[in-house]
Amino acid sequence: MSDTGTVVRGPRTSMVRSDDARGIFQVARRAFVDGGVMEHEYDAVFDRCWLYLGHESELAKPGDFVTRTVARRNLLFTRDAQGKLHALFNTCPHRGAVVCREAKGNSKVFQCFYHGWVFGCDGKLKGQPGEERYTAGHKDSGVGNLVPVPKFDSYAGFCFVNFDADAAPLPEYLAGAKEILDLIASQGEAGMTIVEGGQQYAIRANWKLLAENSVDGYHALTAHASYLDYLKNMVGGLVPIALSGRSYDLGNGHAVLEYKAPWGRPIAQWVPMFGEEGKAEMETIRSRLAQRLGEEKATRVAAYNHNLLIFPNLVINDVMALTVRTFYPVAPGQMMVNGWALAPKEETDWQRKFRLFNFLEFLGPGGFATPDDVEALESCQIGFANLGAAGWSDISKGMGHPEPSYDDELQMRVFWKRWDQLVNGEAR
Amino acid sequence: MITITRAEAEDLLFLEADLLDQWKLDEWLKLYTDDAAYLVPSTDLPPGADAAKTLFYIADDHSRMVQRVVRLQKKTAHSEWPRSKTRHLVSNVRVGAPEGDETPVSAAFVTFRSKNGVTDTYIGRALYRLKRVGGGWRIREKRCELDLDGLRPHGRVSIIL
Repeated sequence: MSDTGTVVRGPRTSMVRSDDARGIFQVARRAFVDGGVMEHEYDAVFDRCWLYLGHESELAKPGDFVTRTVARRNLLFTRDAQGKLHALFNTCPHRGAVVCREAKGNSKVFQCFYHGWVFGCDGKLKGQPGEERYTAGHKDSGVGNLVPVPKFDSYAGFCFVNFDADAAPLPEYLAGAKEILDLIASQGEAGMTIVEGGQQYAIRANWKLLAENSVDGYHALTAHASYLDYLKNMVGGLVPIALSGRSYDLGNGHAVLEYKAPWGRPIAQWVPMFGEEGKAEMETIRSRLAQRLGEEKATRVAAYNHNLLIFPNLVINDVMALTVRTFYPVAPGQMMVNGWALAPKEETDWQRKFRLFNFLEFLGPGGFATPDDVEALESCQIGFANLGAAGWSDISKGMGHPEPSYDDELQMRVFWKRWDQLVNGEAR
Repeated sequence: MITITRAEAEDLLFLEADLLDQWKLDEWLKLYTDDAAYLVPSTDLPPGADAAKTLFYIADDHSRMVQRVVRLQKKTAHSEWPRSKTRHLVSNVRVGAPEGDETPVSAAFVTFRSKNGVTDTYIGRALYRLKRVGGGWRIREKRCELDLDGLRPHGRVSIIL
């Protein structure tokens, strides 16, 4: 295993090469195993790009909070008494201890257990034991407040942070991805919600392999053969709709696959396995979507799957259920993954139950497909041990074709071109 | 009302562990009732969380348990082919008071999975609901609550716990 990659120093050479005339696109495998590359990614990518923090539904009420690790920072994400969201560094401005040590909850204040400083949900210092021993202006000077992240914003309920105070605004950064986020957010009549329960796991592979895999339409028939067998084995697991569709470059390294598929979708593609009750439920959802969004958009929401990659590491896959996933490297050969289920707020108990049942048939570390993705990614990482002789990965599928199919690799080339620009310092 | 003794409960749980370690999955399935469930909640959920309302790692009904076994016996279940080596340890077995036609049994477990040069450890509490069927006992529900902060570093629960 290549957990501890060799740091390669010296003049930077591009790790991405594209030969349009010959239709060959390659990525240097050093990008997956080199510790120096990973450190540079933190500087040039994770410390410059907008990163997913959470969904506004996770903080439904004033005082709600979650703590989360984002690009190696401990963050405290809160909703204050006025309903405003805050993203704060979860470290006491006094001497550094982690202020909130719970994963989630509701609280009017946060007290650091070390010396007892107390903060409001907006991060402002409210009290210090022994306050009389500080100068009169100390508390109001601001030096004792929890430090907010340099930039925080949200779009369609998805909340992002940026550690670069000079970064372009979020809407500009999201570029064409905004349209897909709007489309996904429009599944819910009353808004969307993260379902309680997060799938937290790790993969012994480089994080960029999961970025590729999350928008890879090419691997389904082989890597997920046993999942497709499962659907065939179930009475009524499939409808006769061929896998077909295309990918789109959304700008700034973001991309999406939009395609039809034979599996059931809780919003709203009925398969016989959902039963007659499910048929009625799906028809109700479908007709309400059409009333609210018009027939054309309702079809795009209900009948089409979307695998969305927002550069660098937010994946929103709207497939047999809806999952939000983000992941970070802790070593070149190891990443931490967090996955959630997203759902329309107003779903009935039946709908929610079937959504989750459908989610788990494919998605997550106990599903019938994700474990085989984990195996594939770890297998690639093991294979990279041969990079001295076999140093390049091929990402050429679909080059030279005017319309990129959902199972081509355009979306990965979009990711890699942006990655190369940032890592080689050609773009901010 | 016939009650199960701790020794009988242990025999059943130890048999299950042995069948899983030998990859005798068809026989494993026969230990379960036809309306059984196999559950592994996500690690950030409170005890007793409902799989119909919250996101689990695994929430199999009986038909999906059957398909899990079918899938795990294929070479295309890549995560488990070549097969990993597993060892299920079961301890601290306690029999609770019968509730209707079911008897709750709890146990502590540690399951090791080795493959590709690494060994992952799954630690937790197994909550069983056993039912008297014919002359013996079968499992109606197995719920594995992991004492972990996440599936880290494992990345998967592709074996049966």
